[in-house]
Amino acid sequence: MANPPFDAAAAKARCLAFRKRILDVSQKVSALHISPAFSCLEMVDVAYNGLMNRTGDPETEDKFIISKGHGSLSQYVVLEHLGIIPKEMLDNFAKPGWPLATHPDYGNPGIEASTGSLGHGLPLAVGMSYADKMDKKDRTMFLVMSDGEMMEGSNWEALMVAPSFGIKNIVAMVDLNDFISLGQTSKVLPNFYPIVEKIRAFGWESLEVDGHDSQAIYDAVTSRSRTKPFMLVCRTTKGKGVKFMENVPIWHYRSPNPEEYQTALRLLDEAYAA
Amino acid sequence: MRNSFANAFYEIAKDDPRIYLIAADIGAAAGVLTFIQEYPERFLNVGVAEAIMIGMAAGMAMRGKIPFAYTIAPFTIYRPFEQVRDDCCYQDQPVRHIAVGRALNYPLLGATHNATEDIALMCALPNMTVLTPCDPAETREVTLATRQIDGPLYLGMGKAGEPDLTANAEPFRLGKIRKLRHGSDLAILTYGPIAKMALDVADRLQKEKGKSTAVYSVHCIKPLDKEGILGVLNGFPEVVVFEEHSPFGGLGPQVKELAWDAGVAGKTRLKTYSLQDRFAHAYGSYYEVLAAHGLTPERMFEEWSKL
Repeated sequence: MANPPFDAAAAKARCLAFRKRILDVSQKVSALHISPAFSCLEMVDVAYNGLMNRTGDPETEDKFIISKGHGSLSQYVVLEHLGIIPKEMLDNFAKPGWPLATHPDYGNPGIEASTGSLGHGLPLAVGMSYADKMDKKDRTMFLVMSDGEMMEGSNWEALMVAPSFGIKNIVAMVDLNDFISLGQTSKVLPNFYPIVEKIRAFGWESLEVDGHDSQAIYDAVTSRSRTKPFMLVCRTTKGKGVKFMENVPIWHYRSPNPEEYQTALRLLDEAYAA
Repeated sequence: MRNSFANAFYEIAKDDPRIYLIAADIGAAAGVLTFIQEYPERFLNVGVAEAIMIGMAAGMAMRGKIPFAYTIAPFTIYRPFEQVRDDCCYQDQPVRHIAVGRALNYPLLGATHNATEDIALMCALPNMTVLTPCDPAETREVTLATRQIDGPLYLGMGKAGEPDLTANAEPFRLGKIRKLRHGSDLAILTYGPIAKMALDVADRLQKEKGKSTAVYSVHCIKPLDKEGILGVLNGFPEVVVFEEHSPFGGLGPQVKELAWDAGVAGKTRLKTYSLQDRFAHAYGSYYEVLAAHGLTPERMFEEWSKL
């Protein structure tokens, strides 16, 4: 079943609502990874609501892993919107007796792998894709990864192995916000760059886009040749949408207080209206 | 033992299309070569890249496959330890971590190739089954028995040329300690190829000292056959644990813990032997490297004569 044409305006409205919902959850817990969720939100939304073949048949439908597990809220809000996670479950985020917490846990609704430690999602996806290839299942593994995660050696092993074994059905989106916990990647590890060229040199198809431009993400992924695994490097802003959070390291972990929460909601509306 | 593994692997893999072999550039023996020739699509060499070997194996397992990940012991579980823990154990996937030449079974290669802490590490992981056969025939039994194990497992074995120790043993029952030799005065609990030394010393104790010595192969360290081991602790006045492993976290400490918890400590004379807590920087034959850790047949004979 073909997906309907991608509606960028609808995507924008969804992502504003998702950001507000994440802020809403932030008022229930003290420590939260808001800004890493905000930076990859468009990527997760486009994957589920534009790119993935979601037939409801677990044997054939496309699958999704958030390899940057600390961005899990971006996936949870989308899964809630799709009715896969009940509202009550997200309302009780990180509460005793409830299953959802900071890092996704395999076995929870819609969660295909336990991530959180970086550099695990892509190798797992390579194994899943290889198994699908052996079983002649024509489905695609979608991943959202972080740029910091791309520093892990396991990912470069996976990058080498996947095309060597003829794996084509992976679409990995890298959230390139240029920040790691203790600084800015381009300053701390300048030789991380250029990144797209490195990925291509390992036999992958790769493009770079604005990671907050849902239409651009959609167009780039749908334009892929499907002859190689595909990695989309998405330039993003950490904390995107709330000015005082953007690229400010403390918001990797912190939850806003009630006053900051109200300000954040207002700033979001202003940013989206602009 | 690796030939024996390879042949048993071929037996179970040929009829089960879910079984794959993933190697990190370590060649395997005859039976595996037959498998590779007959089922090339079910053999993957990922190269010198153990993180992807285990990570990918877990991903395949999550799609219903049963991957056997095969290389030399330290590279099977030390290099990719976090993949073993997070990808295979945390998510409870049936990845078979196959470790050839565990402990000192590559005696010329030094500590980088000698996984002498593997039992402690693997036993500490939830969901993991830890298998340690003592000879080629038991390696075959254990390999066939992996079909009964749903979650992740570690199979630590020797290498090549190990003698047969189980021809007159009790029948193999997965997870149960197995009597290799009868006796009534002293019982030795051991596992892996070092069981040969235990059996030789037991023969000499019988012949020269009239000391009737039983030897048991503990081919499954986790889950441990507590009932069987308590039976030994209650059934013998003297019990020795004899293992080729660091003094920490192996069979010896686990048996002591069991004895204490069961209240048999003090009633049975229990002594444990292991490798020493140091890198020996010793090379030579398997027995010469064991001797560098103080494990010699002569010393064992002397000490076990007068427990």
